[in-house]
Amino acid sequence: MGDFFSDYQVGDFFDEMFAEPGVARPHYSKLLARFKEMERDEFERKRALAASTFLSQGVTFTVYNDDQGTERIFPFDLLPRIIPADEWYKIERGLVQRITALNLFLHDIYHEQNILRDGVIPKSIVWEAAHFRPEFMHFDVPRNVYIHICGTDLIRDKEGTYLVLEDNARCPSGVSYVIENRQSMKRTFPSLLSQYRVRPVEDYSQELLNVLRYIAPRAQREPTIVLLTPGVHNSAYFEHSFLARSMGIEIVEGRDLVAQGGKVFMRTTKGHQQVDVIYRRINDDFLDPQVFRKDSGLGVPGLVEAYRDGNVSLANSIGTGIADDKAVYHFVPEMIRYYLSEDALLPNVPTYLASVKEDLAYILEHIPELVVKAVDESGGYGMLVGPQATKAECEKFKEKVRKNPRNYIAQPTIALSRAPSFCDDSMQGRHVDLRPFILYGEKVTIIPGGLTRVALREGSLVVNSSQGGGSKDTWVLENGGA
Amino acid sequence: MLSRVADSLYWMSRYIERAENNARIAEVNLQMLLDLTNQHEADPKQQWDPIISSLEENELFASLYPTPDGKAVLDFVSLQKKNPNSIVSCLTRARENARTTSEQISSEMWEQINRLYLFAKSDTAKKLIRASPYEFFKRVITGSHLFQGITDATMTHGEGWDFIRVGKLLERADCTSRILDIKYHILLPSGETVGGNVDTIQWMSVLRSCSALEAYRKIYFGQVAPWKVAEFIILHSAFPRSIRFCVDYFDAALHNISGSAETKYANEAERLAGRLRYDLDYATIGDIFKFGLHEYLEQIQDRIAEIDHAIHATYCAESDVAAIATD
Repeated sequence: MGDFFSDYQVGDFFDEMFAEPGVARPHYSKLLARFKEMERDEFERKRALAASTFLSQGVTFTVYNDDQGTERIFPFDLLPRIIPADEWYKIERGLVQRITALNLFLHDIYHEQNILRDGVIPKSIVWEAAHFRPEFMHFDVPRNVYIHICGTDLIRDKEGTYLVLEDNARCPSGVSYVIENRQSMKRTFPSLLSQYRVRPVEDYSQELLNVLRYIAPRAQREPTIVLLTPGVHNSAYFEHSFLARSMGIEIVEGRDLVAQGGKVFMRTTKGHQQVDVIYRRINDDFLDPQVFRKDSGLGVPGLVEAYRDGNVSLANSIGTGIADDKAVYHFVPEMIRYYLSEDALLPNVPTYLASVKEDLAYILEHIPELVVKAVDESGGYGMLVGPQATKAECEKFKEKVRKNPRNYIAQPTIALSRAPSFCDDSMQGRHVDLRPFILYGEKVTIIPGGLTRVALREGSLVVNSSQGGGSKDTWVLENGGA
Repeated sequence: MLSRVADSLYWMSRYIERAENNARIAEVNLQMLLDLTNQHEADPKQQWDPIISSLEENELFASLYPTPDGKAVLDFVSLQKKNPNSIVSCLTRARENARTTSEQISSEMWEQINRLYLFAKSDTAKKLIRASPYEFFKRVITGSHLFQGITDATMTHGEGWDFIRVGKLLERADCTSRILDIKYHILLPSGETVGGNVDTIQWMSVLRSCSALEAYRKIYFGQVAPWKVAEFIILHSAFPRSIRFCVDYFDAALHNISGSAETKYANEAERLAGRLRYDLDYATIGDIFKFGLHEYLEQIQDRIAEIDHAIHATYCAESDVAAIATD
């Protein structure tokens, strides 16, 4: 037999699979049994099958390190991460609560700003945020929904408590991998999947389409919905075309669209056709060179005017970046109390704001123990992981923080939970996070699970695909499904 | 359908067809070389030059390869990335076009084009072109056929499919004319006569390049004569690689796209295609030889290029799109 787990080290972390060395948690026992009876070469065959399917389907992202751009598959680890029904129920409730509060916050911030006047969040935090769009004060978004698609990153600490690491309220990506990973597991582990009762994820595209329909400006006819991509060279292009295909909508680039008389049209072989809803995978800055960045060749001149006129809807709305600003993040639990009179069901990671005097002193003193992040960045960019940084890097970051305190926050380094992953010919514990995808239309819908990202480099805490991360299929079980 | 998408489908299809035809030309020339070296001290440069000429890339070839031997030619037509018409370049561009339209074509089509591309870029392909070039070309040709079959069997036969057909047939008509023209560039070895042994072998190669040898034999009962070969390849109405056949069918596909009657024209592309179609309908091989076969084929290539420009102007160019939109 393959003997996959005989040398497995649980380590000083919360392990997703093992309660203690050699003892699997109840919902992992069938998985462990399956691996105990499996031969090495059977596993190797499954790995090869999964990899070749991803490659031939073009489920790849592009790495630009030579003249041509190499396509890599996003490494896929065959061991699923399993979440029992009751655990998911708690996560789901927490996420619904959070997205509801964030949406109320956005409405408030772009209208009365009660939360600032009542002193719950300092005014400067909002007004100085890079992604706040004062141009859209008092603008009413269609159906009063701001964040239609949200990817909220969750991690687990040493005790296994789920914490919110950050919200991605602009253009979160990764959902195509959730669906492709499941397809891959169906091919490679059909019998194991059927032994568990795993909740399906395939209806995401349908739910997303429902959201986009719901926000269409005119109800009288079937809306024309398009997905706006920066183009084929974008690293998430596969996902864009995957989503467009599975929703049966057109994928367009900025140059395919033209705005005239406050309306947006796409250029077709039969002339101009009006567009009603744009699922844009382009950030605010690049949407419309007449309003935002003048040098943007990706956007559509006049798009914002059409949006203001109510002739075209955008998902996500313009200006949602203020909700995933990392300094604003710190205040989300207060936001939940303020708008919903509830305590946050999913706690935040403790956060120090460099703009607060005492916090700044603490950050500068403790930088080697902290994770420092720029507030307006995402994707693992603009951050420092103190315990893994050199002295010089820490000093450099201190300087940056001192110069521009509003732009930085710091968090204690969390010992992320680990899950067994196949690395260097054996099963080893690797750190994981979880990005559920939350859809907000007529109601809030969350596909069970989300994207489990895994830091495949030994000891690494960074799960981003650009930094050696991979992914796993995430199985949320039905009640009694273990 | 988006203008950009129509353009991409059209080019995706053209590039796959071009990759296939380049594989055909190279494969047949390889065989011909074998046939001839058995009898003659054939000069390999003389043997391969026509192929490079038919691709209109003589200068680029000369600049890349100091010794222009058979190996160099094989590399140039198959794997050379600097040659915009090498098989690997064609497949790369076909795939790039497929990628920008991958929500329009079926996933089976996308996977096939992707597999073919990955093969052409692989180390296997590099080894194969050295060890067994014949097998390499065969795989490219079969891969293209598989793509066409998958396209017909899995894609809705609507506007997008018609753009794919137009691209394929227009490219094929162009390539067929170039294959036939190769014979014009081939010089007979000294001492050989027109209609002699070597001449016949060369004409048979031309037929084989178009998968036309068997079909030809069924009609002309084995006798391979230049004007008959040219007649078959240019004017046969039912052989799917003849120029006339390709023109008939891309003209029909163009009318499908616009919805206009086949006897009328709704745009410049249809006008030019219709005129070429009827010229071919009423042409005789006698007229063509009197005019000059090479000159005639060049003229066909020019007219195909004009049709290509007109298609682009009608369906894809900015100003024309706006013009159509007004009615």
